[in-house]
Order: sequence, then structure tokens, then C-alpha cells
Amino acid sequence: MSTTSTQIGVGRAESRPTPARRSFWTSRRRDHLAGYLFITPQLLGTAAFVLIPLVLVVWYSLHEWNVLAGTFTYVGGENYQSLLDDRNLPAVLRATALFSVGLVTVNLSLALLLAVLLHQRLRGTMLFRTLFFSPVVVSLVAWTIVWGFLLQDNGGINAMLRLVGIDGPNWLRGEGTAMWSVIVVQVFKNVGLNMVLFLAALQGVPSEIYEAAEVDGAGRWRQFWRLTVPLISPTILLTSIITVIGSLQVFAQIAVLTQGGPGTATTVLVYYFYQQAFQFHHFGYGATLSLLLFVIVGALTFLQWRMRRRWVFHES
Amino acid sequence: MKRKVWAGAAAALVGVLALSACGGGEDASSGPVSLRMTIWSANEAHLALFNEIAEAYIAAHPNVESITFDPIPFETYTTALTTQIAGGNAPDLAWIFESSAPDFVTSGALVPLSGKLSSVDGYEYDDLAEAPLSLWQHDGELYAYPFSTSPFGVFVNNDLLAAAGQPTAAELVAAGEWTWERVIEAAAAVHAATGKAGLVIRDFDYRNWDNLSTFFGGWGARAWSEDGSQCGFTAPEMVQAMTTLHEAIFDKQALPGPGTNADFFAGEAAMTVTQISRASLLEDNFAWDLVPLPAGPAGEYAVIGQAGLGVLRQSDHADVAVDFLAFFTNPENSAKLAQFFPPPRQSLLTAQTLAKTNPKLTPEQLQSVVIDGISTGVVKPSHAGAAEIAQEVRAALDPLWTPDADVAAVLADVCERIQPLLAD
Repeated sequence: MSTTSTQIGVGRAESRPTPARRSFWTSRRRDHLAGYLFITPQLLGTAAFVLIPLVLVVWYSLHEWNVLAGTFTYVGGENYQSLLDDRNLPAVLRATALFSVGLVTVNLSLALLLAVLLHQRLRGTMLFRTLFFSPVVVSLVAWTIVWGFLLQDNGGINAMLRLVGIDGPNWLRGEGTAMWSVIVVQVFKNVGLNMVLFLAALQGVPSEIYEAAEVDGAGRWRQFWRLTVPLISPTILLTSIITVIGSLQVFAQIAVLTQGGPGTATTVLVYYFYQQAFQFHHFGYGATLSLLLFVIVGALTFLQWRMRRRWVFHES
Repeated sequence: MKRKVWAGAAAALVGVLALSACGGGEDASSGPVSLRMTIWSANEAHLALFNEIAEAYIAAHPNVESITFDPIPFETYTTALTTQIAGGNAPDLAWIFESSAPDFVTSGALVPLSGKLSSVDGYEYDDLAEAPLSLWQHDGELYAYPFSTSPFGVFVNNDLLAAAGQPTAAELVAAGEWTWERVIEAAAAVHAATGKAGLVIRDFDYRNWDNLSTFFGGWGARAWSEDGSQCGFTAPEMVQAMTTLHEAIFDKQALPGPGTNADFFAGEAAMTVTQISRASLLEDNFAWDLVPLPAGPAGEYAVIGQAGLGVLRQSDHADVAVDFLAFFTNPENSAKLAQFFPPPRQSLLTAQTLAKTNPKLTPEQLQSVVIDGISTGVVKPSHAGAAEIAQEVRAALDPLWTPDADVAAVLADVCERIQPLLAD
């Protein structure tokens, strides 16, 4: 549409023998203005809820804000120094890394496996696709609360295990099981979304390529690694970025299931920031922790984006 | 076509501007007054009584349009309240836990009350007992009114005790055997005989450890010294108490283990340690009794949970809010509130007076648990920076809740973690 309008505009200009002065509002400028007006609502929202808060968080991180006393004192880099002195922070970062690595690995592997299985032309695949996707549309907190009941020591999971003679652990209270329990709850919640994205990508791979590979003697496993994975690599990149960012922002599951325990085994960075800011009223230090999270998310996303050249087979 | 594009863009912009215009607030200082009080109870009986008192106040004060009671979940109450304060959306009045009393009272977040309360006709400020007020005072000024000074007692399901061949709680009290040792024995017997839980320390849930003060108080143990500067978890009496508790949970199965829920009021446990305000949950579907906390090696003792009511300095109508607080807690309304929340008023702390508003409890139960408890009780642990200290203790105590825990080592770790915070 814009191309046509521009050509018409140029045509008119040429038809005039001596254009005295070109109007400021050229077609191009009008198009630009219209475009900016269209994105203004989004820009205003982004400014109000992303950019301004981001600047404020930096400002808060340079202050000590006592909410109850109503005092707001400039402390310079003190909160950043506290990051280095905080003896809980190494354990928190370890828990965050474990959660992210666990979640991304299990989620993407399972989503790809399900997508490949449900890509087959078999009876009932629609039913299973619906079943695996349905947790995505369930309320996160409701989902987590139900899993909390199931994972109790006398809950549904251990009751089922007892039926087959297994004495299950206290999933959410055990040092070694709590984090993996939270990971599994989160994987089951969102694996359907990645599965659907992988399914869409798989459906975009032309079947002739597989036929040609079969003629060349490639087995199913070889076809998967040499054809399927490279051809859906842009989707793998997208899902991995989404999942990594999502894993670093996990909060509700921790708050509902473990409250960071046992000890600090499941105290991930977002939950720790929440504790510092909203429970202990260290808003300045909380803001500093949230900036640390921002830097980590930004760095990992940048890294993944840079690495795409190495392992993303093709991009449109 | 181009005109349509422009029209669409303009419509989108107008829409946004219209929406942003809708966000404009009204001037809070003009017009009729609306008050909001945050509370952590959503109990219908509690709310009905609060609304009844509020309606009486509104009827006598035409400038007050409405008084809203805003229940916030117990578990996240203080966090939600401080977030509201941080966001400039503080309530006019708020309940405050005893654990966070030092933070609120010393910070300047609350409006002083002594002057107003002592000057209101008929308030009878001198009737307030001195001991329950102390936690809520700073430099001689009262910053929150302890509307609930509620001792902990033990609700007992005598049907379950009988099913396990155990004497009733009253019989044990009469025989002078109402001790933690005997209670743990009875609780273990109930679990062995019925499969139900023996004893539940309500709201503890292996996280809210401050409720354990109702247990370790029997050994004379305290979480920290009276001045709050020294950790008490490594004291011999604390180690002894926690060792007894650990054995009761993991060896004798007298208490349900971590992650196992049992609700006394649904008939799932033989005994529960809690406050009398929970009596409203009783439905008379089993024979029950209320008795004081069992004696420990250190003898008889009592533990009190308190809740304060304060006016936030951020309130646009602090004067009206203080006036309503004075009405809400005057002698007449205190007598009504006493059915759920034992008041700090000495004139109301008699078995006969409390019995009028506590139909479920006998004068004997009220005397032994409430009145005697208030006169001798120790308030649950509180300290400046309570939330951070509580979190450190919770995290450090977690290793204790496993069968093969080294009790003394875990408690030593608790002190190592909280001593720097106590000293701050």
C-alpha cells in the first residue's frame, strides 16, 4: 500500500511543471506518522511498564528504602557491594542454575520427543496433542497447588507408589528431591507449548527430503539428526530462548510448593529478590538483585543469539 | 484507503488517551471519608461483628461514608501490607502481627494513640493492663492497640483419646499428669491405635517455627534473650526440648511428619495447640475440651499470641481512623470482640464476663486457659527485622526435620546464622 501511495505522489509532482515548494507532509512522512501513531499505544505501554520501571530500579538500587519509616537514602554502590558480601547468594545462584539447566534440558527434550511421536500419522494423535497442551491453559497457581497436594508425603504420588510397593520420598521436603519436583511440575505445565511449536516446525519439513534420504540409505535415527534437527533448528533456538528466560523468572511454583526450602535448596534468584524486597523490606538490595537477574537474562539471550550462527541451519 | 489508515491510527491514539484518562484519581481529602482496615481473618463471624461495629460508628458519624475490612491471607499478610505501604496505597488501619510489632512500632509508620485513647470519654484507658501493651509501646507512647491477647491452649478430641484407651485431658489435668511427656505418650497411642494424628501444633507446618515456642517454652527455652541480643537455640534447655520434639515426631510418631496435613477441627487429630479464637471452627462433631498447655520440665507456663491494631501515618484520614479505633476498642465493643479476641482490658478478663460472649467455652476453660494464661504468659518471639530472622531460622531448622538429624548441630547452625542479625 505504501509503495503505491509513494508512486502516486511522485507522479503528481512530476506532472506539475514548476513545483514552487514541496509540502512538508510528503507521502513518506505521512506513512511514517501513521505507523508511529499505530505503535504509540504499544510504545506508551512499554514506556510505562518496562522502560520507566527499569530506570527506577536502577535508581532504587542506589538507595536504601525503608518503607515503614518512609525514608529513602542514597547509599551509592553499597547495595552492589552487598552482592559480593551476601553469603546466601552463591547458593541462590547455584539453585537458579540448577533449575534453569534442569528445566531447559528436560522441557526441550520431552517437547521434541512428544512432537516427533505425535507427528506420526497414527490414530488418537489429536487426543494426545490436546492432552499434552491442556496444562498450558490451566491457571499456573491452581496447577501448582494441586501438584503440591499430590507431592505431599501422604499425597497422591506416594499413595500410587505404595500400591507397587515403593516407599516414596518426601518430595518437597527432601534436599535432593525438592528442586527436581519443582522442575517436573513446571515441565508438565509448559511442555505442551514447546511441543506445539516443534510440531509446527516438523510439519514444515518437506517429506521429499525424507524420501530422498531413505533412497540414499539413511536410517530413522540418522534422518532425525541429519535432517530433522537442522531443519527445525530455528524453532529449537526460539524455544530454548523462551524456556531459558522463563526458567529464570520462575516464582509462583517456588512460592506455593517450597517457599525456597528445604534450607535454601529451591531459593532461586527471583524468589530471593522477592524475599529481600517484600519480606525483609530491603527494597534497595532487592532492586540490585533484580538488576543482576536482568544482566544474566540479557547475557544468556545474547549468547544464544550469537551462537545461532553455529548451530541454526537456516533462517528466513 | 489512506484516509482509513489515518482514521485507524487516530482512533487507536484516542483510545489510549481515553484509557489513561480513566486512571485519574479523586482528591482523597475532600468529600465523605472512607476507611479501610486490613485484617488477616476472613472468618464470616469475625467479619459480621466488625461490620456491626462499623455500621454503628457510621450511623453516629455522617462524615464517614464507609468502613471496609480487607482480608489478606494470613501467610502473606505482612508482605502484602508493606507492599501496599510502599506503593502509596496504605490502608487507614491495619492489624499487625506480634512478630513484626518492633518493626512497625519503632519505624514511625504508625500514628501515636495514647493521647487520643486516654482523652476519649468512657474509653477507660487505665483499664488496659500494662503487660499486654508493652510490645506495642515505644518511648512510653502506644502505637498499636493489642486488640487480641490470646493465650495458646490445647484443644482435645476426647473421642480419639478414648478410642486409643487413653484418659481424657480433664482426667490427666486432675491427676496432675498433664505434662508434655504424658501428652506425647497419649498422642503416639492415638496414632498407633487409629492411624490419625496424635498432636498437631497448628500453623507450624515445619515452616512457621515461632509456633514451637508453645512447646519449647515448657523447657524454659527462648529463641533469643529478653533483650533480643543473644541466640537461645544452643541453650541446653532448647536442645533438650527440640530433642524431645524430634523423637516425638520421628520415633514415636506422636506428631505428623513434615508435609503431612491433619486438621484437628475436621476430626483428623487428637490434640492441637492453638488459640481460643479457633473455637469458632468447632462443630461439635466430637467430644472436645480446651485445656492449658501441658507442663514441661520447667513447670507450668503459658504463651501468648498478640495482634495489634494501628493507624497508618500514610492514611489520608488518620484522625478519623484513630477516632474509629477508639470506638472499635471501647469497653462496649471490646466486650463484643472478646468472644474471639481476648482484650487487654482488666475489667473484661473475668471468667464470667468472657463466658457471656464465648458460648462454646466453659468458665473453667476460660479461667484456666485465657485469664491465667494472660497473667503469666510469655509473648511469642518478636524482634526487629523479624521476617529476615524468621527466614534464617526456618532455613537452618530444615535439616532437623529428617529422621537422622543431629539436633545439637542443627541448633548450633541456627545460632551461627541468626546471631549477626540479632546483634544488628
